[in-house]
Amino acid sequence: MKKNILKVARVIRSKNAGPYELTLDIMFKRPRDFEMFRKRRLITGAKIARLYGVPVSHILKVVWFEPSHAVKITMKRWIPSGATGESDVYGAQQHAPLLNLSF
Amino acid sequence: MNRTSDEFRILSATAILGYGFPEQSFQNGLRKKPHLIAADAGSTDPGPYYLGVGKSFTSRTGVKRDLRLMIREGVRRGIPVVIGSAGGSGARPHVDWCEAIIREIAREERLRFTLGIIYSDVPKSLVGRALARKAVKPLACVPRLTREALDATTHLVAQIGVEPFIRALDRKCDVILCGRSYDPAVFAALPIRLGYDPGLALHLGKILECAAIAATPGSGADCAFGTLKKDSFIVEALSDVRRFTPQSTAAHTLYEKSDPVHLPGPGGEIDLTQCSFTDIGGGRVEVRGSRFVPTRKNWVKIEGARPVGFRSVSIAGIRDPMMIRQIDSIIEAVQRQVKSLLRRERLRGEVFFHVYGRDGVMGRMEPVKKTRSHELCMLLDAVGETEEAAETLLSLTRSTLLHYGYPGRVATAGNLAFPFSPSDATMGVVYEFSVYHLLELDERRLFPVYVRNIS
Repeated sequence: MKKNILKVARVIRSKNAGPYELTLDIMFKRPRDFEMFRKRRLITGAKIARLYGVPVSHILKVVWFEPSHAVKITMKRWIPSGATGESDVYGAQQHAPLLNLSF
Repeated sequence: MNRTSDEFRILSATAILGYGFPEQSFQNGLRKKPHLIAADAGSTDPGPYYLGVGKSFTSRTGVKRDLRLMIREGVRRGIPVVIGSAGGSGARPHVDWCEAIIREIAREERLRFTLGIIYSDVPKSLVGRALARKAVKPLACVPRLTREALDATTHLVAQIGVEPFIRALDRKCDVILCGRSYDPAVFAALPIRLGYDPGLALHLGKILECAAIAATPGSGADCAFGTLKKDSFIVEALSDVRRFTPQSTAAHTLYEKSDPVHLPGPGGEIDLTQCSFTDIGGGRVEVRGSRFVPTRKNWVKIEGARPVGFRSVSIAGIRDPMMIRQIDSIIEAVQRQVKSLLRRERLRGEVFFHVYGRDGVMGRMEPVKKTRSHELCMLLDAVGETEEAAETLLSLTRSTLLHYGYPGRVATAGNLAFPFSPSDATMGVVYEFSVYHLLELDERRLFPVYVRNIS
């Protein structure tokens, strides 16, 4: 049976990392879920690219960060923050597709 | 205070000057006898406008309230007060704006002190010359800097490191006001000057610059306290409602960063790969192992913004189900009509349709392709070469959309519900980031300290 990411994550968020990059953080409630996700590579650049409908080349980094049991995904912003046509200057509401992750 | 002191204590008032902080937390911090009170006001988060136009993104009243507490209590106790990234974006008009507030406070509170002012604007001519000798490089995902972008830039600032602050401290300034600076610098400069380890001092600064955001529950509008020692530092909250945990402290280096363990800054990077976070009780966390790894050349980040046009906007609701079903094709048709009108009028500009209820927040990244909403909010966003062009463009688009006869239309009186009269609003000049690069720079040659006696 597949479970939703919210069963194991306590923080799921997005934010600018400077005006040209968007960064997504998933923090796990328990170290063992973090370990399981990391070992089984349940979050990959390819998966995130699919979820957001962007080329894999836009995914710059996937970093697993032990001290806070978190995985961070950094991607290229669709346009620089505040450029004409912008919809989210702070990049703070771009996390929703992650809420549909299941494992 | 000298380098034989075994610890150096820092009171961080707030994450962004003007966000506010509880007076009680601040008083709790003062009772711990800090050697430094500091805050960094800056961020590029609110977008390019504030840097480009030279205005603060926080309110004058909010900033004055925060500064009053910090400066009054600091000056009375002889504790240095250091403010970085004045006015949020930290260009000359932001620093001058903040200086006026500080002078007002000094008058009202009858304070006497020495004020050190550091501007971190970088002359465009200097960057132009650096461009020619390839001493400018773009950050990730940033296009190469061009002469044209540089020439059009209205304000250009550098995120300066600890060096100019150290010079201001050498000149016995009680209060230091600085333009754009690397966020941790306001916290780290004084301890580094006293001989504390730069890796620990900068990492502590990195946490304190967001005040209690790194605590749990986090808040940017509450104070935090840091104690720097020879080979570790301790962070703690100053109100009963929050505490630092190893996880919350470690998690902070994730926030707004692309990499949590390598944090680049002026002159080098903070390397957290060997870092440990230990709960030492009482909501306190002790951190060890943060290292500063200097780069061979001194690179500083420079930020600039330039005007790209003028904006007019209009907001309207759509409730008709037949129109909602066809919204994509209706927008395409309206865009086509408007484009041909523009060609005839020789107007330069573009209209963006933000459709809330469809993909207004995520645009092309929105995975939900078909709206299930029974109503939509349409935000028409026209950017033109002149104010008049933007207004004309918006007006044409709005009226075309209002009366557009889509297939199967039964509501022939109008397609949009306007909440306001007038329906259109002008938003003024639109800016975009034009510079977000690294510049090879010797900070000792630039950024002089202006010393003012305030009495």
